[in-house]
Amino acid sequence: MGEIFSKANLIFMLNGLGMTIVISLATAFLSVIFGTVLAMFRNYCRGKWRFLSVFASAYIELFRCTPNLLWIFLLRFTLKGNAVIISILAFTLFTSAVVAEIVRGGLNAIPKGQFEGAASQGFSFLQTMWHIILPQAFKMIIPALLSQCTTIIKDTSYLKAVDIHEFMRNSSVVLGSATGITQIIALYGFVLLTYFVLNFILSCGVRSYQKHLAVA
Amino acid sequence: MVEGLFNPDRWEKAFESMDTFGEGMLMTLKVMIVGLIVALVLGVIFGVLSTTKIKALQVISRIYVEFFQNTPLVVQVFFYYNGLPIILKTLLGASRPVRLSKLLLGVCGVGLYHGAYIAEVIRTGLEAVPKGQYEAAHSQGFTSLQAMRYIVLPQTLKIIMPPLANQALNLVKNTSVLALVAGGDLMYHADNYVSNSGHLQGYIICCVLYFIICFPLATLARKLEENAKKTPQPKKKKKMEVA
Repeated sequence: MGEIFSKANLIFMLNGLGMTIVISLATAFLSVIFGTVLAMFRNYCRGKWRFLSVFASAYIELFRCTPNLLWIFLLRFTLKGNAVIISILAFTLFTSAVVAEIVRGGLNAIPKGQFEGAASQGFSFLQTMWHIILPQAFKMIIPALLSQCTTIIKDTSYLKAVDIHEFMRNSSVVLGSATGITQIIALYGFVLLTYFVLNFILSCGVRSYQKHLAVA
Repeated sequence: MVEGLFNPDRWEKAFESMDTFGEGMLMTLKVMIVGLIVALVLGVIFGVLSTTKIKALQVISRIYVEFFQNTPLVVQVFFYYNGLPIILKTLLGASRPVRLSKLLLGVCGVGLYHGAYIAEVIRTGLEAVPKGQYEAAHSQGFTSLQAMRYIVLPQTLKIIMPPLANQALNLVKNTSVLALVAGGDLMYHADNYVSNSGHLQGYIICCVLYFIICFPLATLARKLEENAKKTPQPKKKKKMEVA
Protein backbone atom coordinates (compact mmCIF):
# COMPACT_ATOMS: atom_id res chain seq x y z
CA MET A 1 0.00 0.00 0.00
CA GLY A 2 2.79 2.37 0.98
CA GLU A 3 4.70 2.12 -2.28
CA ILE A 4 1.69 2.87 -4.51
CA PHE A 5 0.96 6.15 -2.69
CA SER A 6 4.64 7.05 -2.46
CA LYS A 7 5.62 10.69 -2.61
CA ALA A 8 6.83 10.43 -6.21
CA ASN A 9 3.59 8.78 -7.36
CA LEU A 10 1.44 11.32 -5.56
CA ILE A 11 3.35 14.24 -7.05
CA PHE A 12 3.08 12.64 -10.49
CA MET A 13 -0.71 12.27 -10.17
CA LEU A 14 -1.20 15.73 -8.70
CA ASN A 15 0.79 17.21 -11.60
CA GLY A 16 -1.78 15.52 -13.80
CA LEU A 17 -4.56 17.08 -11.74
CA GLY A 18 -2.93 20.47 -12.30
CA MET A 19 -2.96 19.84 -16.05
CA THR A 20 -6.63 18.82 -15.88
CA ILE A 21 -7.49 22.07 -14.11
CA VAL A 22 -5.44 24.23 -16.49
CA ILE A 23 -7.10 22.66 -19.54
CA SER A 24 -10.56 22.98 -17.97
CA LEU A 25 -10.11 26.64 -17.03
CA ALA A 26 -8.70 27.60 -20.42
CA THR A 27 -11.53 25.75 -22.17
CA ALA A 28 -14.21 27.32 -19.99
CA PHE A 29 -12.83 30.82 -20.55
CA LEU A 30 -12.45 30.48 -24.33
CA SER A 31 -15.78 28.72 -24.83
CA VAL A 32 -17.72 31.39 -22.99
CA ILE A 33 -16.27 34.00 -25.37
CA PHE A 34 -16.80 32.00 -28.57
CA GLY A 35 -20.13 30.62 -27.38
CA THR A 36 -21.49 34.10 -26.71
CA VAL A 37 -20.36 35.31 -30.12
CA LEU A 38 -21.96 32.28 -31.78
CA ALA A 39 -25.21 32.76 -29.89
CA MET A 40 -25.36 36.43 -30.92
CA PHE A 41 -24.63 35.50 -34.54
CA ARG A 42 -27.40 32.96 -34.49
CA ASN A 43 -29.97 35.17 -32.83
CA TYR A 44 -29.39 38.64 -34.24
CA CYS A 45 -27.60 38.44 -37.61
CA ARG A 46 -30.24 39.34 -40.17
CA GLY A 47 -30.30 40.94 -43.62
CA LYS A 48 -26.93 40.97 -45.34
CA TRP A 49 -25.31 39.39 -42.27
CA ARG A 50 -27.67 36.43 -42.42
CA PHE A 51 -24.89 34.09 -43.55
CA LEU A 52 -23.32 34.46 -40.09
CA SER A 53 -26.54 33.23 -38.51
CA VAL A 54 -26.62 30.26 -40.88
CA PHE A 55 -22.95 29.55 -40.13
CA ALA A 56 -23.57 29.63 -36.37
CA SER A 57 -26.57 27.28 -36.67
CA ALA A 58 -24.61 24.81 -38.79
CA TYR A 59 -21.65 24.98 -36.40
CA ILE A 60 -23.81 24.35 -33.34
CA GLU A 61 -25.66 21.44 -35.00
CA LEU A 62 -22.44 19.81 -36.20
CA PHE A 63 -20.71 19.89 -32.83
CA ARG A 64 -23.84 19.00 -30.88
CA CYS A 65 -24.33 15.88 -32.97
CA THR A 66 -20.83 14.39 -33.00
CA PRO A 67 -18.82 12.90 -30.12
CA ASN A 68 -16.09 14.92 -28.43
CA LEU A 69 -13.57 12.16 -28.87
CA LEU A 70 -13.85 12.49 -32.67
CA TRP A 71 -12.66 16.11 -32.57
CA ILE A 72 -9.92 15.32 -30.07
CA PHE A 73 -8.60 12.63 -32.42
CA LEU A 74 -9.11 14.69 -35.55
CA LEU A 75 -7.25 17.77 -34.33
CA ARG A 76 -4.48 15.69 -32.79
CA PHE A 77 -4.06 13.97 -36.14
CA THR A 78 -4.16 17.04 -38.40
CA LEU A 79 -2.50 19.81 -36.38
CA LYS A 80 1.17 19.92 -35.48
CA GLY A 81 2.43 21.70 -32.40
CA ASN A 82 1.96 21.79 -28.66
CA ALA A 83 -0.31 18.86 -27.74
CA VAL A 84 -1.84 20.67 -24.78
CA ILE A 85 -2.79 23.71 -26.85
CA ILE A 86 -4.28 21.45 -29.53
CA SER A 87 -6.35 19.70 -26.86
CA ILE A 88 -7.59 23.00 -25.47
CA LEU A 89 -8.50 23.97 -29.03
CA ALA A 90 -10.44 20.74 -29.56
CA PHE A 91 -12.29 21.19 -26.28
CA THR A 92 -13.08 24.80 -27.09
CA LEU A 93 -14.46 23.76 -30.49
CA PHE A 94 -17.21 21.56 -29.12
CA THR A 95 -17.79 23.26 -25.77
CA SER A 96 -18.42 26.55 -27.60
CA ALA A 97 -21.37 24.92 -29.36
CA VAL A 98 -22.90 23.83 -26.04
CA VAL A 99 -22.23 27.20 -24.40
CA ALA A 100 -23.79 28.95 -27.42
CA GLU A 101 -27.02 27.03 -26.82
CA ILE A 102 -26.96 27.96 -23.12
CA VAL A 103 -26.33 31.65 -23.88
CA ARG A 104 -29.07 31.62 -26.50
CA GLY A 105 -31.50 30.35 -23.90
CA GLY A 106 -30.55 33.32 -21.73
CA LEU A 107 -30.84 35.81 -24.58
CA ASN A 108 -34.28 34.50 -25.56
CA ALA A 109 -35.50 35.05 -22.01
CA ILE A 110 -34.80 38.80 -22.18
CA PRO A 111 -38.02 40.70 -22.96
CA LYS A 112 -38.11 42.59 -26.26
CA GLY A 113 -38.90 45.87 -24.48
CA GLN A 114 -35.30 45.95 -23.25
CA PHE A 115 -34.04 46.29 -26.83
CA GLU A 116 -36.62 48.91 -27.67
CA GLY A 117 -35.86 50.84 -24.49
CA ALA A 118 -32.15 50.80 -25.26
CA ALA A 119 -32.74 51.84 -28.87
CA SER A 120 -34.91 54.74 -27.75
CA GLN A 121 -32.05 55.92 -25.54
CA GLY A 122 -29.71 55.96 -28.53
CA PHE A 123 -27.71 52.82 -27.68
CA SER A 124 -26.08 51.11 -30.67
CA PHE A 125 -26.56 47.35 -31.06
CA LEU A 126 -23.21 46.49 -29.47
CA GLN A 127 -23.77 48.94 -26.63
CA THR A 128 -27.20 47.45 -25.99
CA MET A 129 -25.67 43.99 -25.89
CA TRP A 130 -22.73 44.88 -23.66
CA HIS A 131 -24.45 47.15 -21.16
CA ILE A 132 -28.01 45.87 -21.05
CA ILE A 133 -28.72 42.44 -22.53
CA LEU A 134 -25.66 40.32 -21.75
CA PRO A 135 -25.39 41.23 -18.04
CA GLN A 136 -29.01 40.16 -17.50
CA ALA A 137 -28.67 37.04 -19.63
CA PHE A 138 -25.48 35.92 -17.87
CA LYS A 139 -27.02 36.34 -14.45
CA MET A 140 -29.65 33.80 -15.49
CA ILE A 141 -27.34 31.27 -17.12
CA ILE A 142 -24.52 31.13 -14.55
CA PRO A 143 -25.88 27.88 -13.02
CA ALA A 144 -26.03 26.20 -16.44
CA LEU A 145 -22.53 27.46 -17.27
CA LEU A 146 -21.12 26.12 -14.01
CA SER A 147 -22.68 22.70 -14.62
CA GLN A 148 -21.08 22.79 -18.04
CA CYS A 149 -17.76 23.35 -16.22
CA THR A 150 -18.21 20.08 -14.35
CA THR A 151 -18.81 18.42 -17.71
CA ILE A 152 -15.58 19.94 -19.02
CA ILE A 153 -13.61 18.68 -16.02
CA LYS A 154 -15.05 15.20 -16.44
CA ASP A 155 -14.50 15.15 -20.18
CA THR A 156 -10.83 16.11 -19.93
CA SER A 157 -10.32 12.46 -18.97
CA TYR A 158 -11.02 11.64 -22.64
CA LEU A 159 -7.61 13.24 -23.32
CA LYS A 160 -6.03 10.09 -21.96
CA ALA A 161 -6.68 8.71 -25.46
CA VAL A 162 -4.17 11.15 -26.99
CA ASP A 163 -1.71 10.80 -24.10
CA ILE A 164 -2.00 14.27 -22.61
CA HIS A 165 -0.49 14.14 -19.12
CA GLU A 166 -3.74 14.85 -17.31
CA PHE A 167 -5.03 13.33 -14.09
CA MET A 168 -6.64 10.19 -15.50
CA ARG A 169 -3.68 9.41 -17.75
CA ASN A 170 -1.10 9.86 -14.98
CA SER A 171 -3.20 7.80 -12.60
CA SER A 172 -3.45 5.02 -15.17
CA VAL A 173 0.34 4.98 -15.39
CA VAL A 174 0.53 4.54 -11.62
CA LEU A 175 -2.23 1.94 -11.86
CA GLY A 176 -0.04 -0.02 -14.23
CA SER A 177 2.38 -0.69 -11.38
CA ALA A 178 -0.37 -1.62 -8.92
CA THR A 179 -0.43 -5.22 -7.78
CA GLY A 180 -3.15 -6.91 -5.83
CA ILE A 181 -6.74 -6.07 -5.26
CA THR A 182 -6.36 -3.62 -2.35
CA GLN A 183 -3.98 -1.38 -4.30
CA ILE A 184 -6.28 -1.33 -7.31
CA ILE A 185 -9.34 -0.51 -5.24
CA ALA A 186 -7.45 2.15 -3.28
CA LEU A 187 -6.14 3.79 -6.42
CA TYR A 188 -9.48 3.83 -8.25
CA GLY A 189 -11.04 5.12 -5.04
CA PHE A 190 -8.49 7.92 -4.91
CA VAL A 191 -9.09 8.92 -8.56
CA LEU A 192 -12.88 8.81 -8.27
CA LEU A 193 -12.83 10.70 -4.98
CA THR A 194 -10.60 13.46 -6.37
CA TYR A 195 -12.86 14.04 -9.37
CA PHE A 196 -15.88 13.79 -7.10
CA VAL A 197 -14.65 16.44 -4.65
CA LEU A 198 -13.71 18.79 -7.46
CA ASN A 199 -17.09 18.49 -9.19
CA PHE A 200 -19.16 18.30 -6.04
CA ILE A 201 -17.79 21.65 -4.83
CA LEU A 202 -18.77 23.15 -8.17
CA SER A 203 -22.27 21.66 -8.13
CA CYS A 204 -22.79 22.85 -4.54
CA GLY A 205 -21.83 26.30 -5.79
CA VAL A 206 -24.47 25.97 -8.52
CA ARG A 207 -27.13 25.00 -6.00
CA SER A 208 -26.42 27.80 -3.54
CA TYR A 209 -26.37 30.33 -6.38
CA GLN A 210 -29.74 29.05 -7.60
CA LYS A 211 -31.16 29.47 -4.10
CA HIS A 212 -29.66 32.94 -3.97
CA LEU A 213 -31.36 33.77 -7.30
CA ALA A 214 -34.68 32.37 -6.10
CA VAL A 215 -34.56 34.52 -2.96
CA ALA A 216 -33.47 37.71 -4.76
CA MET B 1 -2.51 15.83 -44.39
CA VAL B 2 -5.58 17.87 -45.22
CA GLU B 3 -4.88 17.97 -48.97
CA GLY B 4 -5.30 14.16 -48.98
CA LEU B 5 -8.99 14.83 -48.36
CA PHE B 6 -9.51 15.60 -52.04
CA ASN B 7 -7.74 12.50 -53.25
CA PRO B 8 -10.39 10.29 -54.91
CA ASP B 9 -8.28 7.13 -54.50
CA ARG B 10 -8.29 7.58 -50.76
CA TRP B 11 -12.05 8.00 -50.76
CA GLU B 12 -12.42 4.86 -52.83
CA LYS B 13 -10.29 2.94 -50.35
CA ALA B 14 -12.29 4.31 -47.46
CA PHE B 15 -15.56 3.22 -49.04
CA GLU B 16 -14.10 -0.21 -49.73
CA SER B 17 -13.65 -0.73 -46.00
CA MET B 18 -17.19 0.40 -45.31
CA ASP B 19 -17.81 -3.03 -43.76
CA THR B 20 -15.68 -2.20 -40.71
CA PHE B 21 -17.52 1.09 -40.27
CA GLY B 22 -20.81 -0.78 -40.56
CA GLU B 23 -19.65 -3.23 -37.90
CA GLY B 24 -18.73 -0.34 -35.62
CA MET B 25 -22.01 1.41 -36.31
CA LEU B 26 -23.90 -1.77 -35.38
CA MET B 27 -22.01 -1.97 -32.07
CA THR B 28 -22.68 1.70 -31.34
CA LEU B 29 -26.40 1.25 -32.07
CA LYS B 30 -26.59 -1.86 -29.88
CA VAL B 31 -24.89 -0.10 -26.96
CA MET B 32 -27.10 2.92 -27.52
CA ILE B 33 -30.39 1.02 -27.48
CA VAL B 34 -29.64 -1.32 -24.57
CA GLY B 35 -27.87 1.49 -22.70
CA LEU B 36 -30.85 3.78 -23.15
CA ILE B 37 -33.23 1.14 -21.80
CA VAL B 38 -30.98 0.53 -18.77
CA ALA B 39 -30.62 4.27 -18.17
CA LEU B 40 -34.38 4.82 -18.39
CA VAL B 41 -35.17 1.98 -16.00
CA LEU B 42 -32.57 3.14 -13.47
CA GLY B 43 -33.62 6.76 -13.94
CA VAL B 44 -37.29 6.05 -13.28
CA ILE B 45 -36.53 3.85 -10.27
CA PHE B 46 -34.16 6.32 -8.59
CA GLY B 47 -36.16 9.35 -9.66
CA VAL B 48 -39.30 7.98 -8.02
CA LEU B 49 -37.33 6.83 -4.97
CA SER B 50 -36.06 10.34 -4.37
CA THR B 51 -39.62 11.67 -4.19
CA THR B 52 -40.83 9.06 -1.66
CA LYS B 53 -41.25 10.03 1.96
CA ILE B 54 -38.89 7.31 3.23
CA LYS B 55 -35.62 8.97 4.19
CA ALA B 56 -33.36 5.95 3.59
CA LEU B 57 -34.57 5.55 -0.01
CA GLN B 58 -34.02 9.25 -0.65
CA VAL B 59 -30.47 8.99 0.63
CA ILE B 60 -29.72 5.94 -1.52
CA SER B 61 -30.92 7.63 -4.67
CA ARG B 62 -29.06 10.84 -3.74
CA ILE B 63 -25.80 8.91 -3.36
CA TYR B 64 -26.31 7.14 -6.69
CA VAL B 65 -27.03 10.40 -8.51
CA GLU B 66 -24.22 12.42 -6.96
CA PHE B 67 -21.63 9.70 -7.39
CA PHE B 68 -22.30 9.05 -11.07
CA GLN B 69 -22.85 12.68 -12.00
CA ASN B 70 -19.65 13.91 -10.37
CA THR B 71 -17.16 11.34 -11.62
CA PRO B 72 -16.00 11.00 -15.23
CA LEU B 73 -17.50 8.31 -17.43
CA VAL B 74 -13.99 7.49 -18.67
CA VAL B 75 -12.81 6.59 -15.15
CA GLN B 76 -15.95 4.53 -14.55
CA VAL B 77 -15.51 2.58 -17.77
CA PHE B 78 -11.82 2.01 -17.06
CA PHE B 79 -12.80 0.66 -13.68
CA TYR B 80 -15.21 -1.83 -15.28
CA TYR B 81 -12.48 -2.71 -17.78
CA ASN B 82 -9.39 -2.90 -15.52
CA GLY B 83 -10.42 -2.98 -11.90
CA LEU B 84 -13.66 -4.90 -11.78
CA PRO B 85 -12.36 -8.10 -13.47
CA ILE B 86 -9.69 -8.49 -10.78
CA ILE B 87 -12.15 -7.78 -7.98
CA LEU B 88 -14.61 -10.29 -9.48
CA LYS B 89 -11.81 -12.84 -9.76
CA THR B 90 -11.08 -12.57 -6.05
CA LEU B 91 -14.75 -12.56 -5.09
CA LEU B 92 -15.73 -15.51 -7.27
CA GLY B 93 -12.49 -17.39 -6.70
CA ALA B 94 -11.92 -17.73 -10.44
CA SER B 95 -8.49 -18.64 -11.81
CA ARG B 96 -8.28 -15.67 -14.19
CA PRO B 97 -9.77 -12.12 -14.27
CA VAL B 98 -13.49 -12.18 -15.12
CA ARG B 99 -13.74 -9.81 -18.08
CA LEU B 100 -17.01 -8.17 -19.09
CA SER B 101 -17.96 -8.43 -22.76
CA LYS B 102 -17.56 -5.21 -24.76
CA LEU B 103 -21.30 -4.79 -25.11
CA LEU B 104 -21.83 -5.20 -21.37
CA LEU B 105 -18.98 -2.78 -20.71
CA GLY B 106 -20.59 -0.10 -22.86
CA VAL B 107 -24.10 -0.73 -21.57
CA CYS B 108 -22.99 -0.61 -17.92
CA GLY B 109 -20.93 2.50 -18.63
CA VAL B 110 -23.48 4.71 -20.35
CA GLY B 111 -26.48 3.07 -18.65
CA LEU B 112 -25.34 3.77 -15.09
CA TYR B 113 -23.91 7.20 -15.96
CA HIS B 114 -26.95 8.53 -17.80
CA GLY B 115 -29.32 6.75 -15.43
CA ALA B 116 -28.16 9.24 -12.79
CA TYR B 117 -28.92 12.19 -15.07
CA ILE B 118 -32.31 10.77 -16.02
CA ALA B 119 -33.14 10.23 -12.32
CA GLU B 120 -32.60 13.95 -11.77
CA VAL B 121 -34.80 14.78 -14.77
CA ILE B 122 -37.60 12.55 -13.46
CA ARG B 123 -37.30 13.97 -9.95
CA THR B 124 -37.59 17.59 -11.11
CA GLY B 125 -40.51 16.61 -13.35
CA LEU B 126 -42.38 14.96 -10.47
CA GLU B 127 -41.65 17.79 -8.05
CA ALA B 128 -42.72 20.44 -10.56
CA VAL B 129 -46.39 19.45 -10.34
CA PRO B 130 -47.77 21.04 -7.14
CA LYS B 131 -49.58 18.87 -4.60
CA GLY B 132 -52.66 21.08 -4.90
CA GLN B 133 -53.24 19.51 -8.31
CA TYR B 134 -53.82 16.07 -6.75
CA GLU B 135 -56.06 17.57 -4.12
CA ALA B 136 -58.06 19.52 -6.68
CA ALA B 137 -58.42 16.37 -8.80
CA HIS B 138 -59.62 14.38 -5.80
CA SER B 139 -62.13 17.07 -4.88
CA GLN B 140 -63.52 16.77 -8.39
CA GLY B 141 -64.05 13.05 -7.89
CA PHE B 142 -61.01 11.73 -9.77
CA THR B 143 -59.56 8.49 -8.41
CA SER B 144 -55.81 8.47 -7.74
CA LEU B 145 -55.14 6.63 -11.01
CA GLN B 146 -57.33 9.03 -12.98
CA ALA B 147 -55.65 12.02 -11.36
CA MET B 148 -52.29 10.54 -12.38
CA ARG B 149 -53.40 9.75 -15.92
CA TYR B 150 -55.30 12.95 -16.79
CA ILE B 151 -53.83 15.66 -14.56
CA VAL B 152 -50.34 14.91 -13.31
CA LEU B 153 -48.65 12.78 -15.99
CA PRO B 154 -49.46 15.08 -18.94
CA GLN B 155 -47.81 17.99 -17.12
CA THR B 156 -44.85 15.93 -15.94
CA LEU B 157 -44.24 14.48 -19.39
CA LYS B 158 -44.19 17.92 -20.94
CA ILE B 159 -41.48 18.97 -18.51
CA ILE B 160 -39.30 15.87 -18.72
CA MET B 161 -39.44 15.03 -22.43
CA PRO B 162 -37.02 17.72 -23.71
CA PRO B 163 -34.23 16.94 -21.21
CA LEU B 164 -34.81 13.21 -21.80
CA ALA B 165 -34.23 13.63 -25.52
CA ASN B 166 -31.09 15.61 -24.70
CA GLN B 167 -29.87 12.81 -22.46
CA ALA B 168 -30.45 10.29 -25.25
CA LEU B 169 -28.34 12.51 -27.52
CA ASN B 170 -25.53 12.72 -24.96
CA LEU B 171 -25.74 8.98 -24.41
CA VAL B 172 -25.10 8.31 -28.09
CA LYS B 173 -22.11 10.63 -28.07
CA ASN B 174 -20.74 9.07 -24.91
CA THR B 175 -20.83 5.54 -26.35
CA SER B 176 -17.59 6.64 -28.03
CA VAL B 177 -15.90 6.09 -24.66
CA LEU B 178 -15.72 2.43 -25.75
CA ALA B 179 -13.00 3.43 -28.22
CA LEU B 180 -10.69 3.96 -25.23
CA VAL B 181 -11.01 0.33 -24.15
CA ALA B 182 -10.91 -1.21 -27.65
CA GLY B 183 -14.67 -1.68 -27.53
CA GLY B 184 -15.18 -2.17 -31.28
CA ASP B 185 -17.61 0.71 -31.66
CA LEU B 186 -17.78 3.22 -34.52
CA MET B 187 -15.19 5.57 -33.05
CA TYR B 188 -12.80 2.70 -32.40
CA HIS B 189 -12.98 1.37 -35.96
CA ALA B 190 -12.65 4.86 -37.42
CA ASP B 191 -9.60 5.60 -35.31
CA ASN B 192 -8.09 2.26 -36.27
CA TYR B 193 -8.69 2.95 -39.94
CA VAL B 194 -7.00 6.34 -39.73
CA SER B 195 -4.07 5.02 -37.70
CA ASN B 196 -3.47 2.18 -40.15
CA SER B 197 -3.92 4.04 -43.41
CA GLY B 198 -3.05 7.59 -42.39
CA HIS B 199 -6.09 8.75 -44.35
CA LEU B 200 -8.34 11.35 -42.76
CA GLN B 201 -11.36 9.95 -44.60
CA GLY B 202 -12.04 7.55 -41.72
CA TYR B 203 -12.84 10.41 -39.36
CA ILE B 204 -15.05 12.15 -41.92
CA ILE B 205 -17.13 9.01 -42.48
CA CYS B 206 -17.33 8.49 -38.71
CA CYS B 207 -18.47 12.10 -38.29
CA VAL B 208 -21.22 11.67 -40.89
CA LEU B 209 -22.44 8.41 -39.36
CA TYR B 210 -22.65 9.88 -35.85
CA PHE B 211 -24.42 12.91 -37.29
CA ILE B 212 -27.00 10.64 -38.93
CA ILE B 213 -27.81 9.05 -35.55
CA CYS B 214 -27.70 12.25 -33.51
CA PHE B 215 -29.32 14.87 -35.71
CA PRO B 216 -32.87 13.43 -35.48
CA LEU B 217 -32.48 13.28 -31.68
CA ALA B 218 -31.24 16.88 -31.51
CA THR B 219 -34.14 18.02 -33.71
CA LEU B 220 -36.60 16.09 -31.56
CA ALA B 221 -35.18 17.72 -28.42
CA ARG B 222 -35.61 21.18 -29.93
CA LYS B 223 -39.19 20.46 -31.09
CA LEU B 224 -40.14 19.15 -27.66
CA GLU B 225 -38.62 22.23 -26.03
CA GLU B 226 -40.63 24.54 -28.26
CA ASN B 227 -43.79 22.54 -27.52
CA ALA B 228 -43.19 22.72 -23.78
CA LYS B 229 -42.93 26.49 -23.92
CA LYS B 230 -46.32 26.94 -25.58
CA THR B 231 -49.29 27.41 -23.30
CA PRO B 232 -51.80 24.65 -23.96
CA GLN B 233 -54.65 25.59 -26.28
CA PRO B 234 -58.09 23.97 -26.05
CA LYS B 235 -58.69 21.55 -28.89
CA LYS B 236 -60.75 23.35 -31.50
CA LYS B 237 -62.36 20.22 -32.86
CA LYS B 238 -64.06 19.44 -29.56
CA LYS B 239 -65.39 22.94 -29.27
CA MET B 240 -67.09 22.53 -32.63
CA GLU B 241 -68.76 19.33 -31.48
CA VAL B 242 -70.10 21.06 -28.41
CA ALA B 243 -71.40 23.94 -30.48
